[in-house]
Amino acid sequence: MKHLLSIEDLERSDIERILERARNFTEVSERQVKKVPTLRGRRVLNLFYEASTRTRSSFELAAKALSADVINFASSGSSVEKGESLKDTVQTLSAYQPDLIVVRTPHVGAAELIAGWTTAAVVNAGDGKHEHPTQALLDVYTLRERLGALDGKNLWIVGDVMHSRVARSGILAFTKLGARVTVCGPPTLIPRGIEALGCEVAYTLDDLAQADVVYALRMQHERMADSFIPSLREYAACYQIDGRRLGPRQLLMHPGPVNRGVELAAEVIDSPQALIGQQVAAGVVVRMAVLYECLAGRDAQVDTPTAPTPQPA
Amino acid sequence: MRPRGSSATGASDPLDGAARTRLFHRPAAGGDVLIRGPHVLDPRAGLDGRHDVLVRGGEIAEIGEPGALEAPPGAEVLNGAGRHLFPGFVDPHVHLRTPGQEHKEDLDSGTRAAAAGGFVAVVAMPNTSPTVDSAPVLRALVEQARREARVPIGFMPSITRGLAGDALTDMAELRGAGALGFSDDGKPVARASILQKALQYQRLVGGVLALHEEDPSLSGAGVMHEGEVSARLGLAGIPPISESTMIARDAAIAGYEDGRIHIQHLSAAESVQAVAEAKSRDVRISCESSPHHLTLTHDALLERLDTRLKMNPPLRTEEDRQALIAGLRDGTIDCIATDHAPHAREEKEVPFEQAPMGTTGLETAFAAVYTDLVLPGVLPLELVVDKLSRGAALVGLPLPGIATGEPANLCLVDLGAEWEVGEAGYESRSQNCCFAGRMLRGKVLVTIAAGAVVYRERAFALTAA
Repeated sequence: MKHLLSIEDLERSDIERILERARNFTEVSERQVKKVPTLRGRRVLNLFYEASTRTRSSFELAAKALSADVINFASSGSSVEKGESLKDTVQTLSAYQPDLIVVRTPHVGAAELIAGWTTAAVVNAGDGKHEHPTQALLDVYTLRERLGALDGKNLWIVGDVMHSRVARSGILAFTKLGARVTVCGPPTLIPRGIEALGCEVAYTLDDLAQADVVYALRMQHERMADSFIPSLREYAACYQIDGRRLGPRQLLMHPGPVNRGVELAAEVIDSPQALIGQQVAAGVVVRMAVLYECLAGRDAQVDTPTAPTPQPA
Repeated sequence: MRPRGSSATGASDPLDGAARTRLFHRPAAGGDVLIRGPHVLDPRAGLDGRHDVLVRGGEIAEIGEPGALEAPPGAEVLNGAGRHLFPGFVDPHVHLRTPGQEHKEDLDSGTRAAAAGGFVAVVAMPNTSPTVDSAPVLRALVEQARREARVPIGFMPSITRGLAGDALTDMAELRGAGALGFSDDGKPVARASILQKALQYQRLVGGVLALHEEDPSLSGAGVMHEGEVSARLGLAGIPPISESTMIARDAAIAGYEDGRIHIQHLSAAESVQAVAEAKSRDVRISCESSPHHLTLTHDALLERLDTRLKMNPPLRTEEDRQALIAGLRDGTIDCIATDHAPHAREEKEVPFEQAPMGTTGLETAFAAVYTDLVLPGVLPLELVVDKLSRGAALVGLPLPGIATGEPANLCLVDLGAEWEVGEAGYESRSQNCCFAGRMLRGKVLVTIAAGAVVYRERAFALTAA
């Protein structure tokens, strides 16, 4: 695998191979010296056009744990603010010979475009509202650690599905591993045609009891301005996951950051059913596995040119 | 329809002395041309068989049995054997980007593209920089067309100043300066009262109002059809009702005012229905559909999120496409128009949401429709040939016809020729063609517009008599 652009591109076996490798990497995180030399001398470029805390820091930690060199490039304070196009920026940064570019942009399909403009491997860390494949992989990893196989499990994804790349990648990843996915939220925030991804649609939490796992999405305040929801108060009344709605045997997930009191009530966030902390922890090992897959994995060897003989200075 | 008090038809033809006509081009020397033995197909003239056609002095001088006509001294002889001769195509909807955006297209490159596609006249939209919304701007364009245009151009200035939708342009003066009609294409006339006033004013000045139908409050920030593909890609959708509700609104206003409107680029089944319903009430309404809406759907974006497939209105579903084809067949849709919309490479080489809307279309129009609709037997060739020039009549231009005494407006086509639509190599200055990479059948070999040969396919050999 050269790039990781979307979950859509992956087979179940690809996902399982990456997750297996991620599990092997947990041992590294438990060492006192949390580093292996696997990607020593490789350059990883973090190209972030959107704010990010956990995705960016976990990619950086993952690359460093594999001994790669990391360059961080943020759009603010850079040539992007001077009007440089994405293509020009990527081609300029490619002059630094990165082996892999981790990219987050607000634009659908940008990671795929970049993959066509550079010889580096490209990992999509979120392209607009399209996909966030490493989030889905770490979500699946977290769940499998808790439940074993996902086959036949019922997953409910609750909230603003329309504006969520986490939901899109999640639906694809969970269903590829045999789970049944229902998306639930206000009809204004469930995009027309979403069933094409292989999920079911519900507009109320009435049947939430069938869920083995409840995955709550972040509700953003600006959605009120566009009349997607009348008010956060009404949203919470209809869709907030609280101690009353979450059954004792159901697991709870959330991609973070959480709006306490909006999509989740405080009592469930801190309950033992919540896997939110485990999701964050899984981020590092899963991203290590993705970097390994793209740079050192079996298929990647084919694309790796043989090292040129050093020339005398 | 509600009768109006006065029976005045108005709509005089107040062309001022300087304009003289509503089509403008650089006149070319029209030498005599004998087209030997092509299959002549002009459904409107009832011609469907092999003939010799002689063009002399810019007119169709003679039509005879194949091999019967003598070439006058000095005439060019085109070998038409195995080829088809059609009335030249007329496109009522193109963007030539002049003035102000000549890096995308200019009058020379745009009309070269038209000629290469078999078009003998095109109608340019006013969303340029500056907008064509005043007589001085229009007059300058007319002068430029008389110097540069290889194929006659008709101009549609805007309905509202600066396309802002607030105030009418000086429509009488613009008509005097040669305006064919008026259009705010690229934008709807959002306020119903402004459209109503433009239609009332039409009684004074004449000229069709060509309407881009879109309710901006429904299309919002949409970049593609709202449906399964947009849901999958996470892209904001443009629902078909953003088009059809505006058509219904504007048809009601046109019916009330007995105005003449032409609906541009239909994309949705609901829109075909809205036009059919208006026609059944005798509203003076016509409409067009584009080769890309007739041959492609939003599924193409799943294959590759290619910005050349981003246009407004967007590619929609297979059901919509079928409704457009049915509309063309039953006459609800009057003509095919390309909405040729060139954009520079760097403008399209950006993420999908940031890319400007539009695809080029002049050079591929016939081949795309022929390959995807005629060859599989979906539509008859004569219907496509008719619809590719029918737009002329809708905007008040004469229909090209193959008959003795008619001005020579012809295209010679090799239906058997297969060619690949390239990434580059267009006559147009831009390369954003939604059919790039496709193998198409049907190649225009020669175009004769306003009596002169304006295009010859490079490989096509000529012999002099």
